[in-house]
Amino acid sequence: MNPPVIAVAHAAVGYDGRAVLRDVSLTVTAGEVVAVLGANGSGKSTLIRSVLGLVPLSAGSVSLFDRPLRRFRQWERIGYVPQRLGAGGGVPATVREVVAAGRLARRGILRPPGAADRAAVDSALRAVGLTDRANDAVATLSGGQQQRTLIARALAGRPELLVLDEPTAGVDAASQEAFAAALRDFVTDGGTVLLVAHELGPLRPVISRAIVVHEGGICHDGPVPEPAGHHAEPDHDHVHPHCPDEPARLWSI
Amino acid sequence: MELFQYPYMQRALIAALIIGLAAPALGIYLVQRRLALIGDGIGHVALTGVGAGLLLNRSPVLVAVIVATLGAIAIELVRSRGRTSGDLALALLFYGGIAGGVMLVGLSHSPSANLNAYLFGSLTTISPGDLTTIVVLGAVILVAMLVLRPALFAVSHDEEYARVSGLPVRTLNMLIAITTAVTVTIAMRAVGVLLISALMVVPVASAQQVTRGFRTTMTAAMALGLFAAGSGVWVAATADTAPGASVVLMAIASFLVVALAAAGWRVLRRRRVPAAAAPAAPEPHEVVLG
Repeated sequence: MNPPVIAVAHAAVGYDGRAVLRDVSLTVTAGEVVAVLGANGSGKSTLIRSVLGLVPLSAGSVSLFDRPLRRFRQWERIGYVPQRLGAGGGVPATVREVVAAGRLARRGILRPPGAADRAAVDSALRAVGLTDRANDAVATLSGGQQQRTLIARALAGRPELLVLDEPTAGVDAASQEAFAAALRDFVTDGGTVLLVAHELGPLRPVISRAIVVHEGGICHDGPVPEPAGHHAEPDHDHVHPHCPDEPARLWSI
Repeated sequence: MELFQYPYMQRALIAALIIGLAAPALGIYLVQRRLALIGDGIGHVALTGVGAGLLLNRSPVLVAVIVATLGAIAIELVRSRGRTSGDLALALLFYGGIAGGVMLVGLSHSPSANLNAYLFGSLTTISPGDLTTIVVLGAVILVAMLVLRPALFAVSHDEEYARVSGLPVRTLNMLIAITTAVTVTIAMRAVGVLLISALMVVPVASAQQVTRGFRTTMTAAMALGLFAAGSGVWVAATADTAPGASVVLMAIASFLVVALAAAGWRVLRRRRVPAAAAPAAPEPHEVVLG
């Protein structure tokens, strides 16, 4: 068995006294591609944000690469892709500048960028198909291209683990394909992936395991569930399954 | 030009140029994190430091640096907690700062206690000692903002990503807060606490109308800041106007020139390239452009 990359044990998260995650345990081992599925508000984003320490746990523990989160320092081993790029205060930044920020974890804050940094940024831009937009302002890109910029930023740090929060939400088909290809290459090179998704689309063949979050708990952990009922129709891309304890009419027809 | 033979005018010019260069170098990070007016608030707090300095018979600028730094740290703590009451806490700090300043300056009864000099700047009364302080602190600010640009850009652009990159986010935020306080206090002598934010923000606002990248925006903003400072002091010397106000008006004038030029350029380009060129790729309707 491969060593665990992420280990979550009995984690609980609450905002303002309201429980968002309840007693969640999860282990992701090296080389796995795990999709976290679930309806809006089920707690799936909170789960991956708590894995990264962006949301504090009220109980339980998280370990990354066999180290408790509090003592984890090797952030260059992790590439994080947030849901979307913030608009900021309107100061422009080029695609290359945003992607270059992905090298900071490896380089440190004082060393100026060198040839290795530039090469890594170039290859990350190539991996997501944005080489020709490198010097354009990020704000002028489409939503899908902005998302690819964020993926390139994560890849530029040459991480071992990619954590992605809804990387394909509202992204055009061309960008979804480009993203799926980049992810396949990453996995072929031995990378581990944890991603939150609402729809899997072209990502489906890459996913090795699915976790379904429902009302703050994990209700399915195993193979990617087959869409049921009208969800299985060809034009319906809505693959998050519903938990068995939901009313039957939602689950099957 | 003859006026610049006098040492006090030379000092005024050098001080203005350094501040014109350093203020936008810091201001770009403040604009990026939507804190464009924070310099104004810290300026209010610095005024209490001036009053305390005059009252205690210590260097007003030095005491102002300390008080403004404490104020900036307090503001940063309120900001990073992200409480909804942050707005009100800031308002208390700002108005408390200016009221405290006015009261303490009044109490000090010191003959040099000319409140206007601190509110609107008094570039021509900069002593050689003041100039040394401005040059040294200005150089420190410039070096910090330029050397740490990738890290400060990352933190200002996407704080959560910076945290997951293992950057010392809290330290970098504190650095920006403290640098703001120091910039405000050294610029206080040049343009005054009420006009300081203009030099931090207006050159950035001008530059970003025509630039595509962060680095080019920063370079252009620093060039525009330098130009506003130099030309403002020259206008003040030749037309005998208030130097601080002249510098700020030159910055705003260059904003208008750049805005008009950029608008004109866009109209020209649209005429030359027919509208049919390069239609945007279709996007799903739920896409929200960040």
